[in-house]
Amino acid sequence: MTIASQSPRDALIAAPTVVSQLDPDRPPAARRRTKLTRNNWGYAYVAPFFLVFGAFSLYPFLYTAWVSLHRTSLSNIDGGTWVGLENYRNLLQSEFFWNAARNTLTIGILSTVPQLCMALGLAHLLNYKLRGRTFFRTAMLMPYATSIAAATLVFAQLFGRDYGLINTMLEAVGLERIDWESGTWTSQFAIAVIVTWRWTGYNALIYLAAMQSIPGELYEAAEIDGASRWKQFLHVTIPSLRPTILFTVVVSTIGAVQLFGEPLLFAGNGTTSGGSSGQYQTLGLLMYQQGWSNFHIGQAATTAWAMFMIILVIVGVNAVIGRLRARADR
Amino acid sequence: MATLAPPVPDAGRDPSPAAPTAHRRRRGGRRAGKPGPVTYTLLTLTTLVSIFPLYWTLVAGSHTNAEIAATPPPFLPNASLFDNFKLALEQAPIGKAILNSILVSGAITVGTVLFCTLAGFAFAKLAFRGKGVLLALVIGTMMVPTQLSVIPLFMMIAELQWVNQLQAVILPTLVSAFGVFFMRQYLISSLPNELLEAGRVDGASTFRIFWSIVVPVARPAMAVLAMLTFLTAWNEFFWPLIALTTANPTVQVALAGLGSGYVPQQSVIMAGTLLGTLPVLVVFTILGKQIVGGIMQGAVKG
Repeated sequence: MTIASQSPRDALIAAPTVVSQLDPDRPPAARRRTKLTRNNWGYAYVAPFFLVFGAFSLYPFLYTAWVSLHRTSLSNIDGGTWVGLENYRNLLQSEFFWNAARNTLTIGILSTVPQLCMALGLAHLLNYKLRGRTFFRTAMLMPYATSIAAATLVFAQLFGRDYGLINTMLEAVGLERIDWESGTWTSQFAIAVIVTWRWTGYNALIYLAAMQSIPGELYEAAEIDGASRWKQFLHVTIPSLRPTILFTVVVSTIGAVQLFGEPLLFAGNGTTSGGSSGQYQTLGLLMYQQGWSNFHIGQAATTAWAMFMIILVIVGVNAVIGRLRARADR
Repeated sequence: MATLAPPVPDAGRDPSPAAPTAHRRRRGGRRAGKPGPVTYTLLTLTTLVSIFPLYWTLVAGSHTNAEIAATPPPFLPNASLFDNFKLALEQAPIGKAILNSILVSGAITVGTVLFCTLAGFAFAKLAFRGKGVLLALVIGTMMVPTQLSVIPLFMMIAELQWVNQLQAVILPTLVSAFGVFFMRQYLISSLPNELLEAGRVDGASTFRIFWSIVVPVARPAMAVLAMLTFLTAWNEFFWPLIALTTANPTVQVALAGLGSGYVPQQSVIMAGTLLGTLPVLVVFTILGKQIVGGIMQGAVKG
């Protein structure tokens, strides 16, 4: 089914048997100790990773915090002046920040909630003994393989005011044309559709993988108790998937906080304002605007840190909810 | 590239097709009950929704604005698609962009697979001081958003005068925390310690052990990681948009330029979008099954 299941691994299964036959008396603890012989080779193996990682991920991450405490412009990168927390004060008083935060939240909810619910339902359907199983799975992953840029350009066409297919259809059934891009809710809905389209199939596959590892005995027991299909889904499938659901919620939320490409390209003119009245400007877009349109690098760094804080809070809340639910189940 | 692996306990990790044991047959995935027509209808609808926007680039790419807005709208592509390809290639350097993207994604894939296998092996099977802390560092940073590193990265490449050069988008993406975690998980369960010991007893050097014992065992996971990394790298948007311009773009930067510039006919944008997406769609058609398998084993989100 997957390439991971091909032969080289199976061929190796014989090896441990041979070794243990040669040395049957050796206790397992001793074997573990041989494995964990301390030497310094480990550093050599992780060094390439940590060199690149340190230079291009860890260092920039920390340096962003430093930049956020300075007034720095793109034209004068090295000569920032120390301003302490001024950027943070400005950010919290900026209507643009709150607008972007609100939009990020609403688009996030509009995209994440339907996406994960549909993915769960789809996974349930994909879990049947299907004809053309591979075809369905692959087709549903096509949107994931499509880039943000390509997907957004296509959907901008579909949602277009004058030439868009969706408006043509609306008119054909006697409804009014909608100016999707200029309205607050309509534009946010359209952007949420793009996100949902790209990620639903992917999340369905994650759920499917988790569903396939639920022991069949649980369903048999439920069936003996006379539980209907729907009851089984609610009382066996969902509880077993809880860690996976939590995981997808966290990952989708992190993605939603960073939303950038879709709102940037949706207008079709490359402006970073997120619509004429910022009706779909997200935090990611605001940060880009501050840094690369207005050249206020320090301010952009502050927004980036604010995004990280939001993510930390969300992940923290999810972790707490997960723990509480787990305790409640016990 | 914020990436995480889902807590799917050995889901799809061991779907060894050779011996479907009794236990496996009773798994939730294969439980009794045949799917009804409703199931097939819903799945077919979802498939249509998944594929339609991609098909629509073909249709919208071969009709003028007026034609596409007609009622009923056209539902088939025609030969003007090729004229629009030509116009799109004049508007945006898509040919160069595809070459650049192949180069960039290829280099990132090779680097990521190599470095992550090395590090994943060390985290799975070697003992060294500070291992726990380092691993926690890797996993912890998987949730740091890209936005947090682009500013210093931009300062860095400006200093090095790498703006608009491909190494600016290759180097920072050369490793992935997800990759390390993914390779570690795979090697913990598939590489028997005894095999390593046997190598050591035979007097093989540590690097010899890596090439002749670890790599052959890790190969299937390396292939999965390679496919997922290539796909993610090809679709990478935010950082390339900052580091490159349309003078030397990757596909995504070229598409962003095409979508933001003044192009009166949408068909040209659609034709360009199709050109830029075609390579990855071809690869996906060939390797789709493997990619599905890879995602079900561990997940990436870029």
